[in-house]
This record gives sequence, structure tokens and C-alpha cells, in this order.
Amino acid sequence: MLAFNELSSLLPPLLEGALVTVEVSVASYLIALVAGLAIGLARISRFSPVRMLAACYVQFIRGTPLLLQLFFIYYVLPYANVVLSPFQAGVLGLSLNYAAYMAEVFRSGIAAVPKGQSEAGVSLALTNTQLMTYVVIPQALKIVIPPIGNFFVAIFKDSALVSVITMKDLMFTGQILASSTFKHFEIFAIVALIYFMLSYPAAKLVEAIERKLNGHSEKSNGRRRVFGFQLKRAS
Amino acid sequence: MNEWIGERRDVVRKEMHRPPGEAPESGTDAVAIAGLSKSFGDVKVLHDIDLRIGKGERIVICGPSGSGKSTLIRCINGLESHESGAIQVNGHSLGDDRKSKLTIRKDVGMVFQHFNLYPHLTVLRNCTLSPIKALGMNKREAEEIAQHYLMKVKLSGHEHKLPSQLSGGQQQRVAIARALCMRPKVMLFDEPTSALDPELVREVLETMLELAGEGMTMLCVTHEMGFAKAVADRVVFMDGGRIIEVAPPEEFFRSTTNRRIQSFLSHVASPLESFVPPKAALA
Repeated sequence: MLAFNELSSLLPPLLEGALVTVEVSVASYLIALVAGLAIGLARISRFSPVRMLAACYVQFIRGTPLLLQLFFIYYVLPYANVVLSPFQAGVLGLSLNYAAYMAEVFRSGIAAVPKGQSEAGVSLALTNTQLMTYVVIPQALKIVIPPIGNFFVAIFKDSALVSVITMKDLMFTGQILASSTFKHFEIFAIVALIYFMLSYPAAKLVEAIERKLNGHSEKSNGRRRVFGFQLKRAS
Repeated sequence: MNEWIGERRDVVRKEMHRPPGEAPESGTDAVAIAGLSKSFGDVKVLHDIDLRIGKGERIVICGPSGSGKSTLIRCINGLESHESGAIQVNGHSLGDDRKSKLTIRKDVGMVFQHFNLYPHLTVLRNCTLSPIKALGMNKREAEEIAQHYLMKVKLSGHEHKLPSQLSGGQQQRVAIARALCMRPKVMLFDEPTSALDPELVREVLETMLELAGEGMTMLCVTHEMGFAKAVADRVVFMDGGRIIEVAPPEEFFRSTTNRRIQSFLSHVASPLESFVPPKAALA
């Protein structure tokens, strides 16, 4: 096992790597949110070329590995004279990838808003844009918070892939340290712990947002039994 | 309920500018429908409908389910498209393009069976959203108008509540106020009381009676025959996507010779007779 002084020399680089992981994850997530909403709206556009383009994009991204997409951006694009730093390539790859998944979630969230809402809105002479902005999307947001929040937790883990395009994130740093000290077990145990300490608060944050948006349901006392399965206490 | 409707009928009649049954003023009809046909895929739900509604006229549309009554009024404000025929509201033609639909929707208000209030907005915001965004009013003006109509539907003081905090009858009255805030020329009602508990139906019908008494052009799809008796200038009976009969209420309820209509009416409580159980059942 590690002695304390060894630990204290290994932690700083690991924490630096963790900082990079956080930067990449948060930046990618925010960009993916905006891009995902845009692509989701494009999927239900009035114009069929826009719809088809968005659909192809989503299908392609979801049908190929994230790792491949990252390689493509970092190693293949330079042949087209587009050279990106590991950070830029990592953020671009992650956000383009997650945007595709978010687009589908946004699209189905919008579809889940009751039809009567848009009927009321258009009967009251709202344009499509106004209807979306003031009536549909606010309601859709409530519906999509759980899966979108899930993506926030997941992106921390997928960010580990940027280590293969030489981004010095937590995973990369862990690998380097492990191969130089041969203390694979200890190092990767700490890496795992740090990843968990990043994603667990994120998960809790998402839960808190969900709870705040839904108010308190009447079944907040006791547990619910449905068909013999015990559901968690509704928060 | 029926006695109450009978009483209200006389009050409404006195308030109306024009006795019922009298021909509507000539000139531009409020709504003119000619040769309207609509299909959902292979199923034809409206066959060649002709109907003209004058300004200030109150029309009740009734008939068995599936007869196309809801589809008909939904065509008037463009919620449903139509394959053939022409619809005109206040002289404006309803086409496929967004511009004509928008113009017409500013003149036509609609109240839905399931209210369709925006659940994430307060009562006040529900009412002011469209006047601000679609009519370009400023916030203060829109709120004044909203307060005015909320008072008319007897819901002042509820402005800052969310729809989920209101009863069904209150929600429907907010929906009526919301539609009125756009100052429409024509109000469409699609079974406005069908989703309400019986105790709550009365408050909504009362609101609609008052609206009728003020000269609003109204097209109402409803099963409330008492309402039709009290307020309608003409009753339109539809079946199988066709208009079977159009007549003033007295004629429609008393002297129709059409078997189909007689059968329909026998299933809907007669408006002026309360149900009296036969003596044998009471013994």
C-alpha cells in the first residue's frame, strides 16, 4: 500500500487531471445542451431538408462509437487542414456526440406535451415560434429534466475517452502515473474514487433540480408498492 | 337545473338586443361555410356542409358522437384542415397559409372541453400572454383587460393562482376569460361542460348565458339541451358528417318530424320536464 508521503506526491497531478476532466465535461455538456435543443427542434421542423439533415446527423452519431468520433476529429480532420488541440477536439467530439442524444430526448419531450396545449396556443393566435417559446418548451423542459440530468452524470465518465487523444485529463494522468510507479491498484483506485466524487454530487444536484421542479407529490409519505415491486419513497 | 335554466332564459331574452328567431342582420355573415368536406385518411367525416351564421347569432350544434360536430367547429379556426369547400369568418377567407389562419384566429376564440390552460403560468399570465404577444399590447393594458374579463367570469382575486389550484369549473371560466381577452368576434365552444362535475356545470353555463346576453356570436357544441333552449337562435343537428336539420329551438325540440332527431332527443333529457320517477318505482 501507499505510504502517506507517496500519496501526497501523487495527489496533486491527479487533482490537476481531475480539474481538466471537469472543464472538458462541463464545457461539452453546456454546448451539447444548446446544440441538442437546436437539433431536436430541427428534427420537427416544417422544412423537410432540415428535418432530414438533422435525422441523418442523429442516426450517424448514435450509430458510431464516441471513441471513433474523437479519433476522427483529432487525427483525421488535420488532413482537411483543420487542426484542433486535444482540448478543442475533446470538447467538440463530446458535445457533438451528446447533442445527438439530447436532440432525441428534447424531441420526445416536446412530443409529450399534450396536444391540447398547442391547440389552445394556436387558437389564441400565437405563431409557431411563440407557441414553442412560451407554451411548449417550458412544459417539455419539466419532462426532459431526468434524462438530460442523467447525461450530466454520464458525460463525466465518457470524458475519460479524451485521454486517448492525448488530453491530460484524470484518466490520462492516472495511466501515466500508474505506468511509472507500477502501483496500478492504488492509483486506479484513487482515480475511481475521484470520478465517483465528481459524478455523485452531480447526480444529487440533478435529483434536487427534479424535486424542485416537480414540487412535492401527495405520496411523499411512506413507500409505494406497485405490483409487488417496492418503489422508492416519492420525493 | 332545468327550472333554473328556464328562469335564466327569460332574463337573457330581456337583455338580448334582438329577439331569438329573428333573422340576423344582413351584410357580412360572422361565419360562412360552403361545401365543406373533410376526411381523415379514407374516412369522410364532413360531407358538403353549408352553414351561415350572422353576427350576434347563437348556434348550438348537437348530435350523436362521431357526427362531426367538433370537427366542424375546429375547421372554422383552422385547427383542422379541409379538403374542399370554403370557410369565411367576417369576410376573411380561411386558407392553408399561416397568414390567413392567424388573421382569423385573432377574431375567433375557442373554449375546449378539457380547458387547455397553460399549467406553468398563472391565471393572469394565461390571459395576457396572447394579447401581449399576438396583439402587441403592452403589459399594463393586457393586465387591465384580463382583470376586466376575470371579473366578468367572477374570478377576480384568483389572478396569481396556477390552474392546478382551481376547480374544473373555475378553470373553464378562466379559459373563457382567456379567449375573451383577445376580443374575438366569434366564440367557439367545444363541449365546454362535458368534462365537468355536474355541480360545476352550472357556473360555466351561467357565464356562457351572460356572454350570449351581450351579443357575442357563439357556436356551441354541447349536450346541454337546456342551454340550447335558453339561448340558441338556431339549433343545428348533425349526424354522420351531415347537417340534418337547422331550426330555432322551439321548432327543433317540439315539432321536429325527423325520426333520427326524435330518437336522439329522447336520449337527452327533455329540457323543460324534470325527471319524475313513476309512482310504481317509489312504492
